[in-house]
Amino acid sequence: MTPFNYSRAATADEAVKMVATHPQARYLGGGTNLLDLMKDNVESASDLVDVTRLHLTEIAEQNGGVSIGALAKNSDTANHPLIRTRYPLLTQAMLAAASAQIRNMAANGGNLLQRTRCGYFYDTALPCNKRAPGTGCGAREGLNRMHAIFGASEQCVAVHPSDMAVALAALDAKIHVRTPGGTERVIPMADFHRLPGDHPERDNTLEPGELIERIKLPPSNFAAHSYYLKVRDRTSYAFALVSVAAAMELEGDTIRDVRLAMGGVAHKPGRAHQAEKALIGKKATEENFAAAAAAEMKAAQPLAHNAYKVELGQRAMVRALLRANGTV
Amino acid sequence: MPNLGHESRITKKPSGIQPTPRTTMHEPRTPDPEADTPLSDDENALLDEMIRSGLPRRDFLKLMFGASAGIFAYQLATEKQIFAATSALAQGAAAPALAEGAGVAVQLTVNGASKTLKLDPRVVLLDALRDKLALTGTKKGCDHGQCGACTVIVDGKRVLSCLTLAAQVGGKTVTTVEGLATQEELHSMQEAFIEHDGFQCGYCTPGQLCSAVALLDEAKRGECSYVTADVKSPPMQLSDDEIRERMSGNICRCAAYPQILAAIQSVHSGRKATQTWGFATEEKLAEIRKEFTHDTTHDTV
Repeated sequence: MTPFNYSRAATADEAVKMVATHPQARYLGGGTNLLDLMKDNVESASDLVDVTRLHLTEIAEQNGGVSIGALAKNSDTANHPLIRTRYPLLTQAMLAAASAQIRNMAANGGNLLQRTRCGYFYDTALPCNKRAPGTGCGAREGLNRMHAIFGASEQCVAVHPSDMAVALAALDAKIHVRTPGGTERVIPMADFHRLPGDHPERDNTLEPGELIERIKLPPSNFAAHSYYLKVRDRTSYAFALVSVAAAMELEGDTIRDVRLAMGGVAHKPGRAHQAEKALIGKKATEENFAAAAAAEMKAAQPLAHNAYKVELGQRAMVRALLRANGTV
Repeated sequence: MPNLGHESRITKKPSGIQPTPRTTMHEPRTPDPEADTPLSDDENALLDEMIRSGLPRRDFLKLMFGASAGIFAYQLATEKQIFAATSALAQGAAAPALAEGAGVAVQLTVNGASKTLKLDPRVVLLDALRDKLALTGTKKGCDHGQCGACTVIVDGKRVLSCLTLAAQVGGKTVTTVEGLATQEELHSMQEAFIEHDGFQCGYCTPGQLCSAVALLDEAKRGECSYVTADVKSPPMQLSDDEIRERMSGNICRCAAYPQILAAIQSVHSGRKATQTWGFATEEKLAEIRKEFTHDTTHDTV
């Protein structure tokens, strides 16, 4: 780990000012990803500005929805009564991630900003356009079992590792950030993360120095029928091969509204808009779920070692919808 | 007209190179200059006792559990020692060693005692506990947040001390495995681990214990897990599957999982498993010694 200065910001304004004026400075939240990357010299910083004591931990009702502090811990957020009762999908997704210890440390803002777990990104001896732009992508022709089947580019085939972000995509969350100019900017979840394109080094659309302050969830009618399914190599404490956030609003057995988002398949958590479109107004049956899932996976472009994700993704979508429906 | 810089990026396509697997546990990469801290007087006394009496492993461990409560009475490392250590740590990276007098002052409460340290900002809580406060109960496993051996309890929550900067813990309260027992009595979780044989090599045990103790508090607070059937109404009584899921952050390479589960369940629900072993009585030991003496002095083979 290269040396850095440690400081603690007293206010959000002070934190933004410190990071915006020092190009190599970084915000330090829970540290579960950043410190790990710094130990491996994948990341470095001149300054770590500890923001964990800022008053951005509140979780409160707002305009029928819920506002979640960016520095509330993952465990406190997942277990908050407002989240458990109104957005159980988010609770499940957050509890599917990492371990109890890491959830106690990790803050919500940092969860959104965590880096890919692509082995080539972590191994500084190997090429990676995300870590060292211009060096090439080791995974595209290398070991790519864990990698993207949607939206990859020549430069990068990495996937976003967050479970929380998949649920937030399904729930149409909005990310509220403080800019170095002192104003607030609101980024819809769909626009927060980006596809790799020619700039895989950029995971998201935050500008330098911007600080996530809150995540806001709109009112939801999905609490009664939702499920987060995570498929992984072991039962617990592993990153997703494929994950699905499924939520339905039912009228009898007719689907009035539906949300489907997938994790582990692309550089950003993505909504399955094709499948959603195919399900609205239909009966909540396994046949309809399967047809919708098949329609969504048609656009998949698997690599040498991850073609299994196409079939797995399809089945996971059906399974998640069945669980959300209470069928299984 | 092609953008040459851009083209040169996308045409460089290495093939078939394999990254270092991330799921493997690594030895710490930078040998810690203070890693072989000599045993404390308590530990030496126990070791002497063990060697002298041929005490079985379990008894030694039980003694260690009890004695470790007293281990936190250590002197603070001098500043000189601190910076000798940090400059050695910096050798691996091409970075300047910190000037003497630099560093960040950290005050924290560890197992009930207030401690003040001056540290290189890079020092994680795990290394501060082990190397500066000589609380070596907390173990360094993977040093990357994958194994749970370094689990400690900060302000009532279990966290990974390998991914927590010591500076972040300023003003907070830390409980390590040394702080679970009192001078007289083991924590009920430690008793349960002994009773249910919840370890083999014991390396992951301090982390397992801290994790398990915090787990019970989480359950009391009504926290859910991924296997909770309905997160709208959290379980008051944890099933075996609930405990397995909630302990998944603590890896045991000896695979003592069934016994660890039984130990935690016994404290949580009072459900006792049948103890499959017992401490040898004095009479039994005398009998064994007699047999042993007999066999070696009257060799008839």
